[in-house]
Amino acid sequence: MHRLMIGAAAIAALLLGARAEAAGTVKIGVILSYTGQFADAATQMDNAIKLYVKQHGDTVAGKKIEFIRKDTGGIAPDIAKRFAQELIVRDHADILAGFALTPNALAAGDVSAEAKKFMVVMNAATSIITTKSPYMARTSTTTPMLNETLGIWAYKSGLRKIYTMVSDYGPGQDAEQAFHTGFKNAGGEIIGAVRFPVANPDFSAFIQRAKDMNPEAIYIWIPGGAQPAAVGKALAERGIDLKKTKILGQDALADESALKSMGDLSIGIITVSNYDYTHDSAMNREFVKAYNAEFHRNPDFFSAGAYDGMHLIYAALQKTGGKTDGQALIDASKGMKWESPRGPMMIDPETRDVIENVYIRRVEKVGGKLQNVEFDKVENVKDPVKARMKK
Amino acid sequence: MAADTAPALAEPHARFAAASRWGAVEVVFWLATLLPFFVAQDYLVLASQIAITALFAVSLDLILGYAGVVSLGHAAFFGLGAYAAGIVSKAGWGEPLLGLLLGGAVAGIVGYGASFIIARFRHLALIMITLGMGELLAQAANSASWLTGGNDGLQGVKTMPLFGVLDFDLYGYTAYGYALAVLFLGFLVARRITNAPFGLALRGIRENFVRMAAIGAPTLPHIRKAYTIAAIIAGVAGAVLTETTETVSLETLGFQRSADVLVMLILGGVGRLYGGIVGAIIYMIARDQFSDVNPQYWYFWIGLLLIAVVMFLPNGILGGLERILPSRRSGG
Amino acid sequence: MWPVIGVLFDGFAYGMLLFLLSVGLTVTLGMMNFVNLAHCSFAMLGGYVTVTLMNRFGWPFFATLPASFLAAAAASVLFERVLYRHLYQRSDLDQCLLTIGIVFVSVAAAAYLFGTVQQPVHLPDYLHGALAVGGQSFAVYRMVLIGIALLLTGALVAGLELTRFGAMVRAAVDNQRVARGLGINVGRVFALTFALGSGLAGLGGSLAIDIVGLDHAFAFNYLIYVLIVVSVGGLGSIGGSFAAATLLGISDMAGKYYFPQFGAFLIYLVMIVLLMWRPAGIFGKR
Repeated sequence: MHRLMIGAAAIAALLLGARAEAAGTVKIGVILSYTGQFADAATQMDNAIKLYVKQHGDTVAGKKIEFIRKDTGGIAPDIAKRFAQELIVRDHADILAGFALTPNALAAGDVSAEAKKFMVVMNAATSIITTKSPYMARTSTTTPMLNETLGIWAYKSGLRKIYTMVSDYGPGQDAEQAFHTGFKNAGGEIIGAVRFPVANPDFSAFIQRAKDMNPEAIYIWIPGGAQPAAVGKALAERGIDLKKTKILGQDALADESALKSMGDLSIGIITVSNYDYTHDSAMNREFVKAYNAEFHRNPDFFSAGAYDGMHLIYAALQKTGGKTDGQALIDASKGMKWESPRGPMMIDPETRDVIENVYIRRVEKVGGKLQNVEFDKVENVKDPVKARMKK
Repeated sequence: MAADTAPALAEPHARFAAASRWGAVEVVFWLATLLPFFVAQDYLVLASQIAITALFAVSLDLILGYAGVVSLGHAAFFGLGAYAAGIVSKAGWGEPLLGLLLGGAVAGIVGYGASFIIARFRHLALIMITLGMGELLAQAANSASWLTGGNDGLQGVKTMPLFGVLDFDLYGYTAYGYALAVLFLGFLVARRITNAPFGLALRGIRENFVRMAAIGAPTLPHIRKAYTIAAIIAGVAGAVLTETTETVSLETLGFQRSADVLVMLILGGVGRLYGGIVGAIIYMIARDQFSDVNPQYWYFWIGLLLIAVVMFLPNGILGGLERILPSRRSGG
Repeated sequence: MWPVIGVLFDGFAYGMLLFLLSVGLTVTLGMMNFVNLAHCSFAMLGGYVTVTLMNRFGWPFFATLPASFLAAAAASVLFERVLYRHLYQRSDLDQCLLTIGIVFVSVAAAAYLFGTVQQPVHLPDYLHGALAVGGQSFAVYRMVLIGIALLLTGALVAGLELTRFGAMVRAAVDNQRVARGLGINVGRVFALTFALGSGLAGLGGSLAIDIVGLDHAFAFNYLIYVLIVVSVGGLGSIGGSFAAATLLGISDMAGKYYFPQFGAFLIYLVMIVLLMWRPAGIFGKR
């Protein structure tokens, strides 16, 4: 009986909410980790959102776009879930967006499914996230998509024996598994695998261990922030010659601030990514120029994920003519194709996840500046984990 | 002489009886906790999380405010309770009351074991040992990702309807009712313990450990008992969080949570039983409001709030109010 | 055999960094019993001073070190005069709350002023790379760090043992009441020692950038490690801090090298064992 009352109240609220929408605003609840360890990711994502709105205006299909920003403070699924609930119930948000961190995205996914609201994941990279709600789409990338591709590429490039080191937490473990799968399936041998603690200020010991194994290449996965520069320094201090031992990793390993700190030590590091600010396309050059003018720094893959997330929202709204119910928006998103600063991308109609190009880059000095130069790519990559799940 | 001893013996009992009576302010307070159902329905989910944190803070007060055990690792028990309820729910038995009992039991058993180490230390060594033990547990939970789901958190937690009827809905009615009821019951237990000779003994231990031992009080067993009870209550609070949010992650065990609850307790006022509740309410509402206004820099305003409270209200909000309104009794 | 030397060297360098960050706190905590959890905020301030002077004004790295020392020391004097002095008689918990509030404010301020991004600092080339001695490579920067730390330790110990001020500091740490009774101006001794300790923290923050990085959350992240060193070493003991920092730095490094799965466990395990054996710290007095 209590359930009936609540159900009736819910329907009434949703109807009232719907009537409020018809008045002409679309509310987007942005849930990000603005403070804490992952604050910089949120900063870049928020910057990209602001830039998109500045460039494309805050009206779509005759409706005004309004943002409500919430800070989870880091990994806090209980708080993320509460925000998702509050945004929908109290603030009558139509769309949930943001999500830099997997646990938060997973928790909010439950709410999106229950309340049937369109949700756009703009960064969190674990494969299973999109399976949590049929109204969810992702515009960033997945860890397996990048790292498995790198593993296959590594074998193709002639490497046979690789030593891997990853951070001992979700994304790191995912990356390790993905890389091992790609590399071993292609025929390579993993001669050693070690996981280091997440809060690891010093890599010397681990790099030394790796060096003692004498591998052809070392694969390193660490989160962004302070760690990439520390790794670079440890590599130099331990005397690892990048010409003899290749260093492979994911984008964060060679991000801009890491390159600035490492200096010339970083030349030769090979990384895999879906976006770099040096990507050679007219659209990207415009994007980077506008981003720099507004925020005095270069965009990164966090920015790209959020920028494309906004594009998806705007394009879907255009397609539905301003209707904001979850089913309409997700149907409009399926199969949506567009040119992004990163290159061409598409939302997979089956998995609602991203299909994009994956780039292999090397750190080189270009015009006196250290950059990641894209020298190889794999096109139209789908998330391999979900693809295998289907079979 | 004979006429003197009779009233002297009756005095402690009268004192406890007086302390156990429900003051008018207390009654009003608990009635007020029902308000969110009628006035602020939009805030029910927040209210349920405040209630859970308040219970957690009360459990910390039992050992900190009463036994003088400063713990920077109390979230270990909160997390143990949370994971116990989560794991059993994932295994298929998502009945909330079962999760509650299991959460309290698991946390209590570990707390009992840990109390043998904890009780032997004081001051800075105690603080750091509790911190270290909490961190070791957090690392172990991270490594045991086959059990805990690791960094991504435990997936597949589904809470069955309470009493088979009340569904945990999107709006938070059931969640708040459940959390509030558990808070009240937990509070009653804490109140009962502290308004009894055991509570007085704990306060004696906090004030002067050596003297208590000198008068023959079983100091170590008392501390162990208090620690175990506090662990059970914290575990129950953790289980309620899992059940109402259907999520569990490593941060339920982490240092951040231990530190946050300690800050809330000090903010409210230690050793005053309601301090944990008041602190949790003020801190979490302030955080929610500041963060709404300014998601990026709300830490600044919270920091100022803490500094202001310390400068103007010694011994926390309740302690400061006690100074300002001397006739007010704070139920402790 | 060879890895042991590498682990010892790196561990010792890391330990020296921890020592510089912690020595100020152990003396002020031991002397005035004032729980200053904002100690690492002063370290963070020193780090940001170095970053700003180097990146914005082009100062050479070594020139920024005295500047960060002075900046942190000056800031501590300001906080002591305005806020801390009112709380000397208050409970430990109140002092905790005040200084945590200051940490929150400093973290938010750092995020606002400098952004949330990692602060890149490009050290002069002669500080990069490593020296190869007998098959081992010894990082140049770490050798410099060890050198600076040993010099400062020597200066501190000499100051404590040989100067009159040092004698007053030792007296105030041993027994504040008697020291006051002997006519020592304990308040002034504390203020100066507090400034010195915070200045050293600032210096530590600057030196730390190249090893562990600097961002707006530095004040939070390193607080735990500093507390570990202070509690294991013993309040008020410089020798204790030195020994504890060395021990913890080496065991942290050894743990990560020999048992990478449990690397982060080891520092807490070592701390717990040492505290259970010596609750007052290795060279603690109480």
